[in-house]
Amino acid sequence: MENIIEAKNVSFSYPLDETTRLQALKNVSLQIPKGQFLAILGHNGSGKSTLAKLFNAILTPEQGDVYALGINTHDETRVYDIRQHVGMVFQNPDNQIVATVVEEDVAFGLENLGIPTAEIRKRIDEALKLVGMYEYRNEAPHHLSGGQKQRVAIAGVLAMHPDCIVLDEPTAMLDPKGRKEVMRTLRELHTAGTTVVLITHFMEEAVQTDRIVVMEHGAVILSGTPKEIFGNIPLLHSVGLDVPQVTELSYELKKCGLHLPENILTVNELANALADLLGGSRCPSFKQKI
Amino acid sequence: MTRDITIGQFLPGDSIIHRLDPRIKTLLALFYMVTLFVAQSAVGLAISALFILFVAVLAHIPFRMLLSGIRPLIIIIIIAGVFNMFYIPGHALWHFGILTITREGIGTAAFMGIRVIFLILGASMLTYTTSPILLTDGLDSMLSPLAKLHFPVHELSMMMTIALRFIPTLTEETQKIMQAQKARGADFESGNILRRAKALLPILIPLFVSAFRRADELALAMDCRCYRGGEGRTKLHILRLQKRDGLAVCTSSLLFVIVLTLNFVLPHAY
Repeated sequence: MENIIEAKNVSFSYPLDETTRLQALKNVSLQIPKGQFLAILGHNGSGKSTLAKLFNAILTPEQGDVYALGINTHDETRVYDIRQHVGMVFQNPDNQIVATVVEEDVAFGLENLGIPTAEIRKRIDEALKLVGMYEYRNEAPHHLSGGQKQRVAIAGVLAMHPDCIVLDEPTAMLDPKGRKEVMRTLRELHTAGTTVVLITHFMEEAVQTDRIVVMEHGAVILSGTPKEIFGNIPLLHSVGLDVPQVTELSYELKKCGLHLPENILTVNELANALADLLGGSRCPSFKQKI
Repeated sequence: MTRDITIGQFLPGDSIIHRLDPRIKTLLALFYMVTLFVAQSAVGLAISALFILFVAVLAHIPFRMLLSGIRPLIIIIIIAGVFNMFYIPGHALWHFGILTITREGIGTAAFMGIRVIFLILGASMLTYTTSPILLTDGLDSMLSPLAKLHFPVHELSMMMTIALRFIPTLTEETQKIMQAQKARGADFESGNILRRAKALLPILIPLFVSAFRRADELALAMDCRCYRGGEGRTKLHILRLQKRDGLAVCTSSLLFVIVLTLNFVLPHAY
């Protein structure tokens, strides 16, 4: 499969003062295939945000190379080609909305690219419908909730028709409802074929992806499907990461001697497994809430 | 609610005046001011005054809003009027030592006072009926020829847009900081002016720090969305002149011609 983003042995450090530097990334290599929904997990300071900024040439690696759509991010002449195709959404929706009206904000990126007016109009409507904010197109951003603002920010990136969208803790400042809205939008994007890179603290969000990468002290320490990652609960605990509550519960139940299958990640799975165990019927109507 | 703070004095509406092109409206507001200064006859001034009142009625601006626009300047108008009364030479009505009030003085004072009042009304008619966003768009479009002379037109309008965008955000933040400081026992209400100004410091410093942080993040987000200045940029909204704009220009020109003609036909008011 073709890689949308590829990092080859990249290192990066920030200057702390004149003599010392903080090593944020150490010799990281990572491939993100086209169409993948990838979650990057890690503590604060594990280097995950820095890595994300390397993906669209906001930062360039000190050592090693990052290729976005095959373009080396060191190539300064093609920075805007990269940024157009690798969109980025940040944590605080308030600080990334530029315009005073929703649709004008979505238009911002397109205006920068010099897209003709008629085409801008078409793409805005399309992007706002995709994130479910079409009815709010004439609202002022400060009248919207956090989740709605974040979806407007996502629409602003989507309108540029990126191949990949990188989100740096997009749900960290949102309430549970806003988090669900954003996750639903991301899942829909993924289904539609966009590559999604989600940096997050929430295990419940990571569970919904194709692949999880765990970072620690500027290096990738684990990489695999959610089932593989959360199957190794002692390891996750040893690096101080939480495990989804359901997985934790089934892990503890298994330790107590219950015969549950491996790698339970969702409430549904656990409910069914328990029902099987009790010899009763499965729970068909249990709706997954996340 | 502070969240719904209105910026400037804009009164949202859908009247023909509201829907005029912001560029035309700005130019016509200036043109109206010129007309006021051209008017030398009492009748000419009266017609100009009626004109702006007619515009106010068309735009559904309540009468008390018109008054509130003038109120802050009433003292200046009175002071200017008093000086006019004493300094204009002519037929003396009243002596007091070296001070003399003349008939011409009173006439001029009244004429000037009325002129200034309607000058303000003309300007407020623009801000009452045009949203700040449209005003910015209009200015951007009108100043765009200056970009050839390296005048930063796009940067200016971008700055105004971002300022307008962040006013509600920062207002809300100020409120939060005030509450947080009050919760820790800060006192903003008592003491003399110096003390109260000092009490504002614990609000201003966090507010500034936060504003800088926001600016930094916004710049990054703009960078990510391929922002690289005004060059080669297209626009979602392109201002286009409509029939009503032509009508407005004609009406204003008609007023000007009438006022100018009256200057020759009728005696000057002072």
